[in-house]
Amino acid sequence: MAERIALFGGIYNNYLALESALRDIRRRGVDTIYCLGDFGAFGPHPDRVFPLIWDYGVQCIQGNYDQSLALDLPDCQCGYTDPRDNYFARISYQYTYEHTGPENRRWLGTLPVYRRLELGRYRLLLCHGSPRKINEFLWESTTSTAFLCWLCDNYQADVICATHTGLKWHRVLPGNAELGSTAERHFVNVGVLGRPENDGTTRVWYTILEAAPQLRIEFVPVEYDHHRLAAEMRQERLPEEFIATILTGWWTTCLEILPAKERRRGRF
Amino acid sequence: MALLPILESDAPTVHLAHLDDLWFQITGTLCNLACRHCFISCSPRNDRFGFISRKDVERALAESVRLGVKEYYFTGGEPFLHPELVPIVCRTLELGPVTILTNATLLRADWLRELAYAEANSPYSLEFRVSLDSFDPASNDAIRGQGVFARTLRGIRQLLEHGFLPIITVAHVDESISPHELFFRFVEMLRAHGYSRPRVKILPLLRIGAEAVRGRPYQPDERVTPEMLHDFDLDQLLCRHARVVTDRGVYVCPILLEAEDARLGEDLGSGLGGFALRYQACYTCYLHGAICANASEQQRDW
Repeated sequence: MAERIALFGGIYNNYLALESALRDIRRRGVDTIYCLGDFGAFGPHPDRVFPLIWDYGVQCIQGNYDQSLALDLPDCQCGYTDPRDNYFARISYQYTYEHTGPENRRWLGTLPVYRRLELGRYRLLLCHGSPRKINEFLWESTTSTAFLCWLCDNYQADVICATHTGLKWHRVLPGNAELGSTAERHFVNVGVLGRPENDGTTRVWYTILEAAPQLRIEFVPVEYDHHRLAAEMRQERLPEEFIATILTGWWTTCLEILPAKERRRGRF
Repeated sequence: MALLPILESDAPTVHLAHLDDLWFQITGTLCNLACRHCFISCSPRNDRFGFISRKDVERALAESVRLGVKEYYFTGGEPFLHPELVPIVCRTLELGPVTILTNATLLRADWLRELAYAEANSPYSLEFRVSLDSFDPASNDAIRGQGVFARTLRGIRQLLEHGFLPIITVAHVDESISPHELFFRFVEMLRAHGYSRPRVKILPLLRIGAEAVRGRPYQPDERVTPEMLHDFDLDQLLCRHARVVTDRGVYVCPILLEAEDARLGEDLGSGLGGFALRYQACYTCYLHGAICANASEQQRDW
């Protein structure tokens, strides 16, 4: 049974951040590494991600982006309704689709949409958006504690780990003695490696969970050569708006999906 | 107020998957305005649905926690007509995120200060959805009433001054302009009025109530059939994940208040049953996604 694991989401083609994170994880030492999906989008050279994932033995699940690529869908299923968001989402998806080899796209189609494991006394459920839907956004400011408890009850989990929003967060939830759950339960958005979290820094994030025996959650910042990534994005003619996010840490696109609190924290 | 016509043809039934969104018709059909396109014909004289008491809201909130409700919405009529709206919203923010749908013409600084304080001390967002239907004052006021454009802009400025980022919801009343162009004209207008990062949502017309008279009613073929739900993501329909509390009981959605069988029960416990889509307004929801939500999960095409 695992006692200490690392998790990340949203690589978004950022193979440089991925490499930096994997080295850091190896240095810290964990039992297993998990990726919660969305290998593509946003950054350059999608195919550079996969060898790293395989070399480090990362256990993966499928994100909405990966599902779209595997199924040859016309868009990423991100669900944007704002035309500004959609404009950039389409550019990003088209680039990733055209630059992801068919074998890699087929591999993305083999990934499960969730994983279950035990960490100490905790039953973990790993998913991309939410346990019920791959592309559901669970934002910290628009997800009630009662709803998270309902998810834990209905999906028989003590800890639900997700990504998809691009913003890490953690909430402790009350247990449910009637259902034999642990004394406390947790929801953890493990963050993403692909782009900063709209905080004006260039850092990206992954998460370490440890059952010691109480669950410990550590959000770990990752530094990487963001100037090099930006240069490569420019060479690949990706939008300047995406490059600005890598260089400044502020989201410049796909902002309309953000709820009020998360939107106000950003610059735009 | 006439009840909505029921389609006699075979209509599919949609069952609630989970009560994600709990709506409160907090001021019923009472509004300080009388917009010509209102789909439930709200006005200062329409008291078909009345105010919900704070006690009844509390009762519903307690039940909502047991049910695992994710988000809360307050609508009307005009919610700020309710004398206890602010403490009700402050209390609700202890339990989950809140959205208030308002015309923003009755806002007071002391209310907004109190709401901003409550939001800052809650993990949850307080969203305001402000109705405004044209970027041009004359066109807007032809629908919403004389002087309403200016009053609404003043309300938007008040919200911005108190740190909120209102979502401006625009009913697509002028169908000669595309939703895309309407969106960008609104962004331009709002920026010119000092809203530097405007949030805009274009809404399709619901051709019922006053709008059926102002514009047109639904055509006979504008309805949802069982075949249309094959391979359709039911989560796009509001009735799949929402219910609305009124002073007359629990209804299936905030749009069908004039539908005879849309009252599903006395309270939340009895109001969670399935619903047959026997009304043409369901066609708009089908086409455009869960229009009542702040953001839908999937893009829908116009």
